[in-house]
Amino acid sequence: MEISLKVNGELYPIEVDPETPLLWVIRDVLDLKGTKFGCGKAACGACTLLVDGNSVRSCSFAVKFAEGKEVTTIEGLGTKENPHPVQQAWIEEVVPQCGYCQPGFMMATVALLKNIPNPTDDDIDRNIINVCRCATYYRMRKAIHRASELSQQETDKRVENNKV
Amino acid sequence: MTGKKKVSRRKFLIRGGIGTIGVLAVGTYLFRNPIRRKIVKVINTVETPYQGNTDNPIIWFEITKDNKVVLHSPKVEMGQGTFTSLAQMAADELEIDINQINVVHAESSSGNMDSFATGGSTSVSALWVPLRELAATMREMIRIEAASKMQEDVVTLKLSNGIVSSANKSMTYAEVATGVSEWDIPDTPELKPLSEYKYIGKPIARVDLVDKVFGAPIFGMDATMPDMLYGAVVRSSKIGAKFIGADVSKAEKMPGVVKIVVEEDFVGVVAHSMIQAENAKSQIEVQWEGQKELNTDDIKEMITVGKGTPYVIQKVGNAEEILEDGENLIVSEYWSPIGAHAQMEPCGAVAHVEKDKATIMISTQVVAITRNEIAERLNLERDKVNIIPTFLGGGFGRRLHTPNAIQAAVLSKAVERPVKCFFTRKEEFQNDTFRPPTHHILKAKLSREGKIEAMEHNVSSGDVAFGSPMMPRIAEPILGADLGAWRGGLIQYGAIPNFSAISWRVKLPFATSWWRSLGLLANTFAIESFMDELAIKAGIDPVEFRLTQIQDDEKGRRLKEVIKAVADKAGYKDRIIDGRAMGFAVSTDVNTPCAEIAEVSVLNNVIKVHNVTCAMDPGLAVNPDQVKAQCEGAIIMGLSASVFEKMEVENGELTPTIYGPYKMALMKHAPKEIDVVLLQGTDYPGAVGEPPLGPIGAAIANAVFRLTGKRLREMPLQANLDKQS
Ligand code: FES
Ligand code: FES
Repeated sequence: MEISLKVNGELYPIEVDPETPLLWVIRDVLDLKGTKFGCGKAACGACTLLVDGNSVRSCSFAVKFAEGKEVTTIEGLGTKENPHPVQQAWIEEVVPQCGYCQPGFMMATVALLKNIPNPTDDDIDRNIINVCRCATYYRMRKAIHRASELSQQETDKRVENNKV
Repeated sequence: MTGKKKVSRRKFLIRGGIGTIGVLAVGTYLFRNPIRRKIVKVINTVETPYQGNTDNPIIWFEITKDNKVVLHSPKVEMGQGTFTSLAQMAADELEIDINQINVVHAESSSGNMDSFATGGSTSVSALWVPLRELAATMREMIRIEAASKMQEDVVTLKLSNGIVSSANKSMTYAEVATGVSEWDIPDTPELKPLSEYKYIGKPIARVDLVDKVFGAPIFGMDATMPDMLYGAVVRSSKIGAKFIGADVSKAEKMPGVVKIVVEEDFVGVVAHSMIQAENAKSQIEVQWEGQKELNTDDIKEMITVGKGTPYVIQKVGNAEEILEDGENLIVSEYWSPIGAHAQMEPCGAVAHVEKDKATIMISTQVVAITRNEIAERLNLERDKVNIIPTFLGGGFGRRLHTPNAIQAAVLSKAVERPVKCFFTRKEEFQNDTFRPPTHHILKAKLSREGKIEAMEHNVSSGDVAFGSPMMPRIAEPILGADLGAWRGGLIQYGAIPNFSAISWRVKLPFATSWWRSLGLLANTFAIESFMDELAIKAGIDPVEFRLTQIQDDEKGRRLKEVIKAVADKAGYKDRIIDGRAMGFAVSTDVNTPCAEIAEVSVLNNVIKVHNVTCAMDPGLAVNPDQVKAQCEGAIIMGLSASVFEKMEVENGELTPTIYGPYKMALMKHAPKEIDVVLLQGTDYPGAVGEPPLGPIGAAIANAVFRLTGKRLREMPLQANLDKQS
């Protein structure tokens, strides 16, 4: 079946079984490898990406449900020149070790900050439930708080600029 | 000079390459030690010397046209930060800016290959001298060449940031290297004093940080090759199952199938997509034999002390005799469960086998072994097999054996196209090379003053090092005891007059092997819980108690320093404050002492670790920030393993088979504060990645005892506490 998929702002017409998990379309058809496979059963969060701004475990999300929506992967988050606040925070706190789980955590964090711009530790504990085997949780928590600060600053700046 | 072997002048050669100007290739740096010497060295020092290969030519450095240096690393990057430390070491001796160096994995066909492995927390320490010597030699080669090109006296030239300059001229390294076909090679230069290093010892950002934050496709599972197909191999969920044959008639008709490959030892599918391959695989009917209908209790029975073969691994005085009569004898038993690696990136490979050569892209910790095994299976010369190592989505010992690469290669050969073939998560959990379960019996007697008179540690464990392709069969009779299983099992308190340790070897019916820190986690859990029991019996503060049992030599001094440092930093008090208790434990691993204090509460029977303070002496920390990162990660991974994790054996199957049911520490379980103090007891780097995993289990259990009066002698601790309540 032909599906048209909007990923990171670009429209891709693809020929695929509509039941195929979105993860495999992203990775193997569109060749965007930043979204990872960890378990295939919605149990680890390595495959987390955004569909209309909400975090989704794409290994367990049929591609047909993404049709007509905006899919954002780690590749569409920010650029090296202009990193997303979450990526900026991850760099400042030097979070990654092996790095494999990190895109999933960063995408989950983006979704968290959209819903709760200034999360408490409890909010983080309740909402960030991905698995990191290198166990970088300590720095991730700091980075999430830092990302919240950076996002806030960005919003403030935007408000400032609009006034001018 | 440091007394190590010098780089032989004859072994340097320079080649040109595409996109590069100068390629500095270096032949054998260290010759292969006779196997026995290698093993003896491992036993004596528990350090692994660097084991470079002897194939030629071997590329270490390249200078590129934009005046950057590419370092081909024989050690793989699995999160431990080795690439960054190596970059710091090379940049400092090369006199280049850290941003001018790019570290890549050495390919087996042209790069240097460690015939041992990446593991055992030895990457930085093993390359500490050789890599800096190579970099320094290259720097001097550039200086000599520049002098002739610039027509200046060698001694007047200054090298810095990749530029050679004299009073009135300057050239980049790339300009110096352009067009040079023969280089003058000096004797190995003196290394700089530590105080002159710009990067070594500084907390610079990881060199792979940006790639990892932007999701670059750098892992084995991200690898692709043109025209690639997808493979899937059937694996049994049952312990002991041996493949004897398969009915593939249904599977052949499944959509997308290119070929079903039936080999003597396995059956696999090749299809146009991963999903098609997995779907077809589910339709294969396999015949197995030899399945063993075992359960967790059977395994526990097998590893009970007394069942296997004993080897005395430590003996001072005559503990055995003193501990023979039962008067005032203190005895405790401890258990640890089967542990899964659960690394996030499953094992797998992308293989392309052509008529007379093979190319494999893979996350592996054993480049040489992966290559040799594939060469053997395909009947190819070793130098016709090129292993292209990728970044690892976690290693932890899981990738110290890579039979999956052989399977990918066999499938590729069958379809004459590249094939990508990976484990499913269920297969990862059931076909892991597990951390073996252990059983410990500790005995001691105390003097009236609270000194330990005699102490004995019996540890029984499944194999760790033995049975691994890294450990040659001939090592077993030489060694007797499995050095992986007894890692951390020696008694580190040298002031005790009589002590011994005995390692019992048990061959389990499923694969057990290396798991980050090997026996350290379980052995430290047992010994340091027991030390806490003894301190309480003696009525002495547990920190004080340990300090009095430590000898006065160099090793003892470093051990005492970390104990004092951690107690000081945590403000250690052996009492409950605001519902929280502090638990203390300390271990020595690969010559790195590490002490930890966990601040714990138990509310509604739930163990919660709030803060951890850690003091470690890894010698010189090449990158203190990454050493701290390793401590933070190891502490939480160790917390996860000791409080939550456990594989069960049910009707011959290892379970659970998925994250979640395999309970692990998540964000909510991670301590809110982890305070790491680094001491520098030597002026060279030691082990970092594994030592901090040792003390955490015992530290938590010791705190729980103070809070609940319950002594948790079996990991995982939460399940044990639930059982006791
Ligand atoms: S791969 Fe999707 S949650 Fe694990
Ligand atoms: S950084 Fe390795 S799994 Fe998270």
